[in-house]
Amino acid sequence: MADEMKIGAYICKGCGIGERLDTAQMAQIATRDAKAAIAKEHEFLCNADGIKMIQDDIDNEGVNRVAIIGCSRRAKVEAFNFKDVAITRGNIREGVIWVRPDTDEARETTQDMADDYVRMAVIEAKFCKPPTPNEETAYNRHVLVVGGGVTGMTAAVEIAKAGYSATIVEKTGALGGAAAKSWKRIPQKSPYADPEDTGVADLIKFIEDSDKITVHLNSTLTKTSGAPGRFSADITAESGSTTTENFGAIVQASGYTEYDANQLPELGYGKSDNVVTQAELDAMALAADGGPIKTKDGKEVKSVAFVQCAGQRSDKEGHLNYCSGHCCSTSVKQAMYFKDQNPAIDTNVIYTDLRMPGAGGEDFYRSGQRKGVTFTKGCVTEVATGGSELEVKFKDLILNEDTSEKVDLVVLATGQVANSGLNIDEVGQDEPGEWKTNPESVLNLSYRQGKDIPQLTMGFNDSHFICFPYETRRTGIYTAGPVRRPMDMQQAMEDAVGAAMKAIQAVENAGKGRAAHPRAGDLSYPQFRREGCTQCKRCTVECPFGAIDEDEQRFPQFNEARCRRCGTCMGACPVRVISFENYSVDSVGQQIKNIDIPDEFEEKPRILALACENDAYPALDMAAMNRVEYSAFVRVVPVRCLGSVNLIWITDALNSGYDGAVLMGCKKGENYQCHFVKGSEMASVRMSKVDDTLQSLSLEPERVTTHEVAITDIERAPEIINEMAETIEKIGLSPFKF
Amino acid sequence: MADIIATNETILVVGGGISGMTAALEAAEYGKQVILVEKEAGVGGRVSKLYKYFPKLCHPTCGQEINQRRIKMNPNVRLMTMTEVTEVSGEEGNYSVTLKTSPRYVNNNCTACGDCANAVEAEFDDEMNYGLGKRKGAYLPSRMSFPQQYVLDPRIIGTPDANAAKEACKYDAIDLDMQEESTSITVGAIVWATGWQPYDANKIQPYGYDRFDNVITSVEFERLMDPHGPTGGKLLRPSDGKEAKNIAFIQCAGSRDRNHLKHCSRICCMASLKQTTYVRERYGDDGKSTIYYIDIRAIDRIDNFFQNVKADETVTFIKSKVANIVENKENKNPVLRGVNTEGYDRYENEHDLVVLAVGMQPSVPAGDFPMNVVVNEHGFIEEDESNGGIFAAGCSADALDVNRAVQSATASALRAIQVVNRVAGTEG
Repeated sequence: MADEMKIGAYICKGCGIGERLDTAQMAQIATRDAKAAIAKEHEFLCNADGIKMIQDDIDNEGVNRVAIIGCSRRAKVEAFNFKDVAITRGNIREGVIWVRPDTDEARETTQDMADDYVRMAVIEAKFCKPPTPNEETAYNRHVLVVGGGVTGMTAAVEIAKAGYSATIVEKTGALGGAAAKSWKRIPQKSPYADPEDTGVADLIKFIEDSDKITVHLNSTLTKTSGAPGRFSADITAESGSTTTENFGAIVQASGYTEYDANQLPELGYGKSDNVVTQAELDAMALAADGGPIKTKDGKEVKSVAFVQCAGQRSDKEGHLNYCSGHCCSTSVKQAMYFKDQNPAIDTNVIYTDLRMPGAGGEDFYRSGQRKGVTFTKGCVTEVATGGSELEVKFKDLILNEDTSEKVDLVVLATGQVANSGLNIDEVGQDEPGEWKTNPESVLNLSYRQGKDIPQLTMGFNDSHFICFPYETRRTGIYTAGPVRRPMDMQQAMEDAVGAAMKAIQAVENAGKGRAAHPRAGDLSYPQFRREGCTQCKRCTVECPFGAIDEDEQRFPQFNEARCRRCGTCMGACPVRVISFENYSVDSVGQQIKNIDIPDEFEEKPRILALACENDAYPALDMAAMNRVEYSAFVRVVPVRCLGSVNLIWITDALNSGYDGAVLMGCKKGENYQCHFVKGSEMASVRMSKVDDTLQSLSLEPERVTTHEVAITDIERAPEIINEMAETIEKIGLSPFKF
Repeated sequence: MADIIATNETILVVGGGISGMTAALEAAEYGKQVILVEKEAGVGGRVSKLYKYFPKLCHPTCGQEINQRRIKMNPNVRLMTMTEVTEVSGEEGNYSVTLKTSPRYVNNNCTACGDCANAVEAEFDDEMNYGLGKRKGAYLPSRMSFPQQYVLDPRIIGTPDANAAKEACKYDAIDLDMQEESTSITVGAIVWATGWQPYDANKIQPYGYDRFDNVITSVEFERLMDPHGPTGGKLLRPSDGKEAKNIAFIQCAGSRDRNHLKHCSRICCMASLKQTTYVRERYGDDGKSTIYYIDIRAIDRIDNFFQNVKADETVTFIKSKVANIVENKENKNPVLRGVNTEGYDRYENEHDLVVLAVGMQPSVPAGDFPMNVVVNEHGFIEEDESNGGIFAAGCSADALDVNRAVQSATASALRAIQVVNRVAGTEG
């Protein structure tokens, strides 16, 4: 695009700006210092007249870069919405006049601050292009569904109903998964009183009748490569034959395996045929088909105890340290199998906390009580298998005493273990050119960072974000059902619908070159200058989303449709060959370098603050709304993520005479709050190396600090800035003032 | 955001809380035209009034910032605030909907400079803080408000305050002649995401919420921790403004109870467990939390949050449905009476403050839903073919935590898309 750059700077005088600041001087700075072609002041820039003034310059004067000098970039976004131009914002309302006292003494430093924000906004505009989508886009309305259980089948059906096609790859010889081996399911409708049909036959019928869904049974994925819009999957049948198909997106519904009850000898499993798991009980019920449920030796069961949390919610070696969510309701359902057939059968559910939430859960629990199911709050210690009957020994937590009960059958609620494939934190990827299928893997991704989706915790492929449950860290691949987190069938079906939504959305976004969440719609993408690259691999290792592979010469291979535009690669790159059209080492670096650095005799220090645009920056904005004051010596630059901060920005700042720098990002570690997952973590690792830089410049280490700042830190964020100002006062100005 | 003419390929989302925002955004980011209507003056809903989420203890405003930015950047979403649905007719793929928009008395010229609020004297109970504090008659509902525009309380219209606000505004943003407006639109599908309200604690008579100052609800407790809240983030009890350090949490306050809400509200156990971490955050080892419960429902992989709280020596668990609360007249401390069912011991425990973990009452208009949809006895909309192109999202569908509500909203977006894709004939 051979466009001649023409920057227009527009300075608003509203909201008290005009009274507090010399805007004529600022307009002069915009053209004289920062080389804007046009600079205009306006009494009230965001009103119809102000907007028209800017639009006219775009239409008639050829302005294609617009620097809005007024309120925060978070305010009036809809008003300043000009098509096909790059827009930058100089924040002189929340960033200057609202955080500075309106006094004579403060006037000069406040004006300095505003002047610099003018320079920064104009310079940023100079280094930003309106992004155009990259040419590697591909549109493919075909979705791969991994797993043919209820979750996978539901996802495929919903995808088909939306007008897309789906292919199910199922490892076993039949559709239906765990549900097909159950007699009935927990009810999904009011009055939530009785177990109901599993619905599996209906799903299978829909799939068989649909011309949009194909099924590969006895098949697994032996290689998956590509990106949203252009995934390529090798589907290999048990016989060994492989077909390769292309897909736009993937839903992973690989389900769960019931916890291995052989690890619970104290509960009698393996010692007596009459100690069974919930899955085994459902198989027995399926065989009985409404008739009396019989033990293996053919006796009708007259009494049954359900042991909840068997091997779950326990710190013991080999046990599951979580709750599987569905087991309480499943035991009530199974107790009803007995009660509905013969109310005289004793059914006792022994639990510590009965967990049947929501409207349906509580109704179903009450229905169990009405049907005469006994609920005992207790802790089972042993199931003795020596006698003719089983003896369940437990501590009754209500009576606070050890007791026991003799029963014909014991059912262990053993819980779900996710079929999430490899833990890629432990099993690395094969070297380029030496790639091999791993039979333990679900997806067998050819991605640089590993063959499966990163696990969050406890083996589940869940999202870490409360607000965004479908964040899998692999764009275009969405997990659903018990592989994501433990759940019952109703939740798994609902989850499948959500994952199907994300899958078809990924198809559409990939087709248009648009980013997926959280920068949804962003058309920019990382651009890479191969000739400067030193093959250091930092970008491929650090990308939180595994978007970058390596080719056989070990150069990074960017997969734009996998990228979320966080800029972590840009921050990681030591030779600065990665940039975005609207966000680059220069678009920030030049802002930093082009502020006015007063000489040492003026005693006006300069502090650079790099603030995460989603949390720290809004915290500063809201502090401003509360008129919390902070130092006039700071210059704040919002960054997409602290992970995008390149060390050169700090080095350049220190070299050009800044006296200190503060970095404000999101919480890292186990409970990370970085919405790009690893960005703040990566930044903190990088910044630990900043000491070397400081040392080489003979500067004090306290001149650069990194902080975790939450969006609610409206007092702390300004404090961090003020503390740096105090530090500088103590240790003195930087000697690098030229 | 942009002005859009609605057609039968448009999706209407009712409710701008986290479920409604999610449904609207997922559909819009897929490429559909969406009209998002919200009854209040801004989006964010119930979760924007929470201090932190369980189990991560992160701040809801962080996700709200992302979602608000998604709305600002997306031309497919048209947000209408202070707007409610009054009538729905038609069928799947072709609904006529009447919307009623209440006057804000502030137009788009508003820069949120705050001059009007400074000029106005009248104060009212602050809804953002469940009435625990006051706000002006011209106000920005919260620091996170989106749209970032002030509102005039209708109670100041016709008073000198209204004129004072108008005169204070330099930007001609105040329009005292604004009237209620009615809009008729055509849409193809509707996502109903009107969320929930805290169960009315006054109805739980034995707990004395209406009589004792130091008995508050769990949602009010959230506001005390919020740095933007009525106490600036301090745990001050209402009777004397002193720090509350010995705090009781009563579970199932109005839930799992035939006299109140029959259902389990799902979130309250985790909410109280989370709130014990607030007590620790403020006081360290000097605070004391006691949870009175029936079952602790820390479901699935977040059970470890419960295990961690259980390991905290400042937190005590008592398995008991509290019988009643009386007040120690001298110090206004609530005194809880009941029987600990683990061992059947009677107790009479005095605390500084009692927090009722109130249940979740769906905000689905019971009895007079504007369309024929299946609403169960608990007030939640059930998934049913007879609902046509109307789909529940979030807590209109069941008592859900935020994560599950967002999941539900994402699913409802797909269901709505399926309808409008059929209308558009692009289903294949």
